[in-house]
Amino acid sequence: MTRTVTMYSGLERLWHWTQALLMTLLLATGFEVHGSYTLMGYGTAATTHVLAALALIVVWVFAAFWLIATGEWRQYTPTTRGLAAVLRFYAWGMFRGESHPFNPRPKRKHNPLQAMAYLLYGVVISPLLWISGLVYLGIDLWGTPGGLALMPVAVVHTAAAYGAVVFLVVHLYMITTGPTPTAHLETMITGKEEIEDAAERTAG
Amino acid sequence: MPALRLPALAVLTLIWVSIWGATAAMAAVPIPVDPPTADHSEFDQLQGDFANGREVTRACLTCHTEAGEQVRSSIHWRWEYEHPYTGQLLGKQHVVNSFCNNVTTNLARCTACHVGYGWDGPDFDFSDDSRVDCLVCHDTTGTYEKAPKRAGRVLQEPTRVHGHKLTPPDLGEVARNVGPTSKATCGGCHFFGGGGNGSKHGDLDTSLLDPKPGLDVHMSPDGAGLTCGDCHVEAAHHIAGSRYQVNARDRKGTGRPGERRHAASCESCHGTDPHPYGDNPAAMYQARKLNGHSDRVACQSCHIPAFARGGVATKTWWDWSKAGRLSADGNRIKRHDEDGNLTYGTRFGAIRWGEDLTPTYRWFDGTMRFTLPDQTVDASEPVPINHFRGGPEDPDARIWPFKMMRGKQPYDPVNQRLVYMQLFGKTEEAYWTGLDWQPAIASAMAQAGLPFSGEVAFAETRMAWPITHMVAPAEDALACGDCHAEDGRMAELTGLYLPGRDAAPGVERWGRLALAAAVLGVAVHLVLRLWLNRRRRQDT
Repeated sequence: MTRTVTMYSGLERLWHWTQALLMTLLLATGFEVHGSYTLMGYGTAATTHVLAALALIVVWVFAAFWLIATGEWRQYTPTTRGLAAVLRFYAWGMFRGESHPFNPRPKRKHNPLQAMAYLLYGVVISPLLWISGLVYLGIDLWGTPGGLALMPVAVVHTAAAYGAVVFLVVHLYMITTGPTPTAHLETMITGKEEIEDAAERTAG
Repeated sequence: MPALRLPALAVLTLIWVSIWGATAAMAAVPIPVDPPTADHSEFDQLQGDFANGREVTRACLTCHTEAGEQVRSSIHWRWEYEHPYTGQLLGKQHVVNSFCNNVTTNLARCTACHVGYGWDGPDFDFSDDSRVDCLVCHDTTGTYEKAPKRAGRVLQEPTRVHGHKLTPPDLGEVARNVGPTSKATCGGCHFFGGGGNGSKHGDLDTSLLDPKPGLDVHMSPDGAGLTCGDCHVEAAHHIAGSRYQVNARDRKGTGRPGERRHAASCESCHGTDPHPYGDNPAAMYQARKLNGHSDRVACQSCHIPAFARGGVATKTWWDWSKAGRLSADGNRIKRHDEDGNLTYGTRFGAIRWGEDLTPTYRWFDGTMRFTLPDQTVDASEPVPINHFRGGPEDPDARIWPFKMMRGKQPYDPVNQRLVYMQLFGKTEEAYWTGLDWQPAIASAMAQAGLPFSGEVAFAETRMAWPITHMVAPAEDALACGDCHAEDGRMAELTGLYLPGRDAAPGVERWGRLALAAAVLGVAVHLVLRLWLNRRRRQDT
């Protein structure tokens, strides 16, 4: 027996998609500013980058408040319970047509591997980006000759950006690994997901 | 409510229209700039004719009692500058340049541009007020001419210079029409340094007399309509702006409200935060970012995208070692390019010219040091005629644009020194007469009291000319990407992290590797998934 639940509230989906849009924009413009390619021109790229970053910081502040106020932050507490099974599934079981060992439900939406990846993104990559980014943005305030050099700030920012790109690549691929290739995407758009009935699963 | 709204609207409109009308009316009234309080044509002292320039000067001095001494204490008079920081004795009297090299022993020719009358030898009386030439700067008629080879004396007979006919001026007429300096008077000398129009600086030539705004947004009549003296303000005949001690980073800006600063810097008008904040976040960020550059990048670096862009070429290379060649029939040679610029002259050697040139960018602390003929040089590599310091660690230095003049000029290979040389003169020693370097150099070095071995060789030299004129309109300034790029204009400036150009190699290597691993891992996983999925479906 399965039933349809609301996995992601409207607010969560708004958070996700604004973050997705802004991060894509930030990576595209950021690596242009970095000199990796020329797309819209340095000046436009730099300006877009800064404005998108400021917008994303606002989104983050609201999201952080929401996560703390609702206790939703617990979704991301790392656990090793069931991790081995999930790893085995992606490395083996998935190819044999097995079903996913993790059964998501609104109280715990993410499988252990997924939660760890989001935690890594949320507490390591993102903060590195916005802390170094804010220092970078304010370099004129403290970047006096002999003062803080731009290079270490830029290096941290770039390194974290590579981390974000890697996260994005894997994240995009993982979207396709649901029951159908578009199932996860649909869930993130509609918020609805079909889950196994907890009672039945326990019985089974 | 609706009953009230209409009269309120009418009142507002009325207020608006009257304010608008008042401002429009104010804008329409031209404000006279520094109107003169005297009409020189009314002065008794200036009626009648004058036999020579000194008579005019004596007349000027009867009212302007201090002007003679003011001019005489300025660099325009002595051509001498004791550098306050380096202690070097500079000025045209002492330096060597990479054009006609030096003033010593070439006086009567060089001093055609002296702000005085008769400096043709070492015994010139620098203390004589009546030898000051007031008219060369204060002529407004455009008819005042100094003789080209007579030590700054007024032209007395009609002559031709570079194909231009010159006629002797009516000194009385010129004297009765004196006024402020102008682009024409300053340019009369400063546009023609280094052997002709535009030759020397690259950012100063006759195209600035009536430029389009695109060439010089300040000096264009359709732009700000400024003259040289509007920026190069004077105090007691001392003119602001020096190439020996440049104000490479002006931190003072406009000064207090109404303060008249003795400075020719961009900041003295535009302030230290010159880019106005726009009305939207993007424009605000951009203005903030550009203002944030102004402590490290000179205004000129972005706002003068190219020099010599008014249609007048500037010299880029002057090779004196090629001088002295004669044609098969023993005549002196003069060759020109299609624009009429001299490319070879027996008296000069080989010369190259350029237009629309991209500046060379260097950190510059403003203190220009010269290689003088009393210093030893290493001619195994290009000798810097002038050099300067500066770098990212120096708060007073900024990145400045330069014209880099290159060439070859005589030096003494035994004493390893640059030399003075006598080019001009009727005697056989003068190179332009005898075409022999040894006596030309011996004569000049003897007069300067410097040793000369008698050997002559040629050293390749470099001379840096800061670029500061030909400021383009804002929309023609460099874009960010002109510098923030791998092969951009800052390519030669290392020692700083330039976004868009620089990266930490380790981060790049590991970052790209991680990205490649992620993409590869995903691809392999995907292919396996699809392949095994299909096989499983076929099996069932």
